[in-house]
Amino acid sequence: MLKAEIKIRYDTLKIDCSFSVPAGTGAALMGSSGSGKSSILSVVSGFYQAHHSEIYFQGQRLDALEPAERPLTILFQDHNLFSHLNVWKNIAIGLSPNLKLSAKQHRLVEESLDWVGLSGMQGRKPGTLSGGQQQRVALARCLARDKPLLLLDEPFAGLDEKRQQEMRDLINRLMQEKNLTLLLATHQAEDARQLCDQVIEVEASI
Amino acid sequence: MLPHVNKLSPYFGLILLGLSFAVHSGDKPVLTVYTYDSFSSDWGPGPKIKSAFEAQCDCELKFIATDSSTGILSRVQLEGENSPADIVLGLDTTLLSRARASGLLATHGIDTSALKLPVPWQDDTFVPFDYGYFAFVYDQNRLTEVPGNLDALAASSIRIIIEDPRSSTPGLGLLLWLQAVKGDQAAAYWSELADNIVTVTKSWSEAYGLFLEGESDMVLSYTTSPAYHLIAEQKSQYHAAAFAEGHGLQIEVAAKLKNSPSPELADAFMAFILSDEFQAVIPTGNWMYPVTDVPLPAEFSQLVQPERSLLLNADEVDASKKTWLAEFNRALSK
Amino acid sequence: MLGWIAFSSLAGTILLALGGLASQAPPGDLSQIFVDGEISRIVRHTVLQAGLSTLISISLAIPFARALARRQKFWGRALLIRLSSISLIIPTMVAVFGIAAVFGHNGGVNQALNALGFERIFSIYGLKGILIAHVFFNLPLATRVFLSVIESLPGETWRLARQLGLGPVSIFRYIEWPLLRSVIPNIAGLVFMLCFTSFAIVLALGGGPKWSTLEVAIYQAMRFDFDLNRGVELAFIQIGICLLLVVLFSSTRKGFSFQATQNRSELRPDTNHSIARIVDILIITLLGAYIVSPLLAVFLKAMNPALLQIIVRADFIQATLSSLIISLSAAILALSLSLPIAFLYTDLQRKGAARKSMLLDIGSALILVVPPLSLGMGLFLLLRSMAGLSQLGLYLVILINAMLAVPFVLRILQPAIYASSQQVDRLSASLGIRGWDRFKLAYWPNIRKPVGFALALAATLSMGDMGVIALFGTQDLSTLPLLIYRLFGAYRMEEAAVVAMLLCLLCFALFWFIEHLIGDEKSSDAQS
Repeated sequence: MLKAEIKIRYDTLKIDCSFSVPAGTGAALMGSSGSGKSSILSVVSGFYQAHHSEIYFQGQRLDALEPAERPLTILFQDHNLFSHLNVWKNIAIGLSPNLKLSAKQHRLVEESLDWVGLSGMQGRKPGTLSGGQQQRVALARCLARDKPLLLLDEPFAGLDEKRQQEMRDLINRLMQEKNLTLLLATHQAEDARQLCDQVIEVEASI
Repeated sequence: MLPHVNKLSPYFGLILLGLSFAVHSGDKPVLTVYTYDSFSSDWGPGPKIKSAFEAQCDCELKFIATDSSTGILSRVQLEGENSPADIVLGLDTTLLSRARASGLLATHGIDTSALKLPVPWQDDTFVPFDYGYFAFVYDQNRLTEVPGNLDALAASSIRIIIEDPRSSTPGLGLLLWLQAVKGDQAAAYWSELADNIVTVTKSWSEAYGLFLEGESDMVLSYTTSPAYHLIAEQKSQYHAAAFAEGHGLQIEVAAKLKNSPSPELADAFMAFILSDEFQAVIPTGNWMYPVTDVPLPAEFSQLVQPERSLLLNADEVDASKKTWLAEFNRALSK
Repeated sequence: MLGWIAFSSLAGTILLALGGLASQAPPGDLSQIFVDGEISRIVRHTVLQAGLSTLISISLAIPFARALARRQKFWGRALLIRLSSISLIIPTMVAVFGIAAVFGHNGGVNQALNALGFERIFSIYGLKGILIAHVFFNLPLATRVFLSVIESLPGETWRLARQLGLGPVSIFRYIEWPLLRSVIPNIAGLVFMLCFTSFAIVLALGGGPKWSTLEVAIYQAMRFDFDLNRGVELAFIQIGICLLLVVLFSSTRKGFSFQATQNRSELRPDTNHSIARIVDILIITLLGAYIVSPLLAVFLKAMNPALLQIIVRADFIQATLSSLIISLSAAILALSLSLPIAFLYTDLQRKGAARKSMLLDIGSALILVVPPLSLGMGLFLLLRSMAGLSQLGLYLVILINAMLAVPFVLRILQPAIYASSQQVDRLSASLGIRGWDRFKLAYWPNIRKPVGFALALAATLSMGDMGVIALFGTQDLSTLPLLIYRLFGAYRMEEAAVVAMLLCLLCFALFWFIEHLIGDEKSSDAQS
């Protein structure tokens, strides 16, 4: 179970919200752009210090932890990959920050690449991949990292309908296989319908 | 590639360490002499004087070189009584009052009767080691109507480059030279001279270099400058203009420090200054006149011999140079 | 943490030196100094001179950088850019001769005018000469920084500009200017400080004491009058005025970021514009000639019989070796000090800690406005109790040269690190990549180019500087600039000209070598 109580005061942005997401289910944060969806994700993932926040996952308080120490993986709209590292390194770096991998981790990278359907692309640099492929590499890293909580910040923006559906299918499979808890920021009802069990409306008060 | 740099850096460290060891030497007694850079440089008289003195003292002579003669004095003044220096070599006559007032210098006890200076010299602290006259130097191929006195120079349209009295010995030398000739009228003379002055440089080297490049007709230098061109370059077109009023005199001196760590060696060196070995190096080492009767290179006979040597009293200089400098500044800043 | 340590050792050394000097010679009432009018006059003239020098350097650097960005392919482009990097490092005395050889009474310009039938009319001595020299020193640096900023624009920008049909004017107004405006205050501040503290140039080319700077007055007080108290007072005034102006400059700075991407300038839509082409060719030819001709004069001067003798002489080889050791050690030290500071600075900026980042900015540039004589005297007072101070000369020269290079290195590294941090920090944090790993894997590939440039600049800057320690006396220290000064001092102008040329060549080679060694990307892939 993910439980969050968040207060944000930033310039004109003012958010008071509390929600809980049962383990193994998905929740969609929905609202127009600028409403603060991303800010909520940033607070949960530890990139942004809210005015007040209390975040628990499986009973563990997260607020004092560094982003990397939290039991979660986050996928942003962009900049999910290091553009100067190849695909293999981009995944491997999620397992070992100095790129020194055990044999088991090596296999894990291969498997996750295979899983997102990009075997054989290990040596490519992100710039030579399409937007959809790039997001799949990032997703492969999420898989390899194997954290129980997955946060997605409009991860399908910029992809065409077909690629979006591919991504949704992948995430659905990922959630079932790994029993993930999902928190998704989106403005598309379709995402929420397919991936989530509840919708949290975000509306910033001014 | 940064790791490569990291791999290299220990080597630089080693080289540095090596250099720092290299400067230590055997356990002979050391005589430390503070001087100015061009005296101790490879082309100055320093190296020859060092080997000549070491041959007779069984010691090591160590030159510490500062950028200028004021630099020498500033350094010992900052170090005070703990100065490691035994000798200061290269102060000129304008610094004597300040040097004496510092209370750091000892009396020399040397018999200076062999001195052959253009002016009488009696001083128990400072021993002269060379002298020279300030003069305007020209190239006969470029300047044919040479002025014979200061007024003719100011009245002419000759372009000159001089040095700044604040940062250069010849610059200060000219300031005092004019003061000695013109007295109260010096400020007025500066104003007349202003339109002849192309520029005023920080050091002698810049002024002389610009003159050689053809940026001016004359440059403030020494009467001995043409000797360099005659002897080292076999060029005879450079001359100093002889001025009827006389020429500013510069005398360079040495002194022993009161707290000299090796007083006996220091005394020996003070006496050595007036020896023929030391003095013979001066004409073609420092391009100045020796202070004793050692033979001069033949070419020196072609140089201008001033009819009058102008040297102001050191205390008077010390008391008034600030005022004179302000006049110079005002006249040339218009 | 590392950043604060680097910063405090840098600023601390300067403050300790100044503090030591000030306690020895306590300054009086600073406001009294302006009473006699002389100092106010000097300050007014210096501000005018330095302001004009900065204004001209920056306003010429913008079109020059733009022209170079638009003309990616012409013969000698790489050479021109590299040559211009060495104008900053030439010892001032050599630069004075180079400039006089081109613009002086007997210089190339006047001889050409004469040949065309004009009377010799052009005299540089005065404000003109100072400006010509200061722009000669600073235009190339500003141009290089601006050029790298323009070339950092991603290809998408140019594709978009092409699609929207933007002309040269709109491109400048909407794409380049907003980007340049963010770095101009930084560079302008640097140039201003360099011109404000000029000494030999303002005298030699200023035509007289009229354009004397505070730096000259400080020298006068400390050396000519041996009035340390007044020297300290003037030094404080100089530091105060410069810092005040730099704060004003910095406060106009806008936040900025540019991605460290491949140069995609060939996608620019304005390269084929016919007027732009003519303008570019004109600008590159004129300004290129302006920068290169004094260097060329230095080279021509060196083509004399002394050339072959000097390169095999022991004193020359020894001076070359010490110069190399000093310059490389100082460059590495400068980089090791600057990197942590640049990361700290980026961190502070992203946190919005404006005051702390300004403190960092000012503190690291402090060294440029501290008069060398007072810094040297202060350090001397700090260290005088140490035995064998004169043997420490080499180390002190390295230390001071490194400190002097830090402001330059920082100004090159900061934008690059800031830009990379936007790209990689969030991702690195979410993946737990920190410390050395983050530097090596996430940053290094993005910043190696600017690091290479910064290191090369630091090395060449240290190569050209004599170090304030020469003011206080050293034993057996011989560097190439010192050798040049000594040769000049011994009437040996021809030999000095040869060594000056060789110094330039060495700097050029060193610059090229370091930039390639560090900045080239091929070798990074070889590691994987």
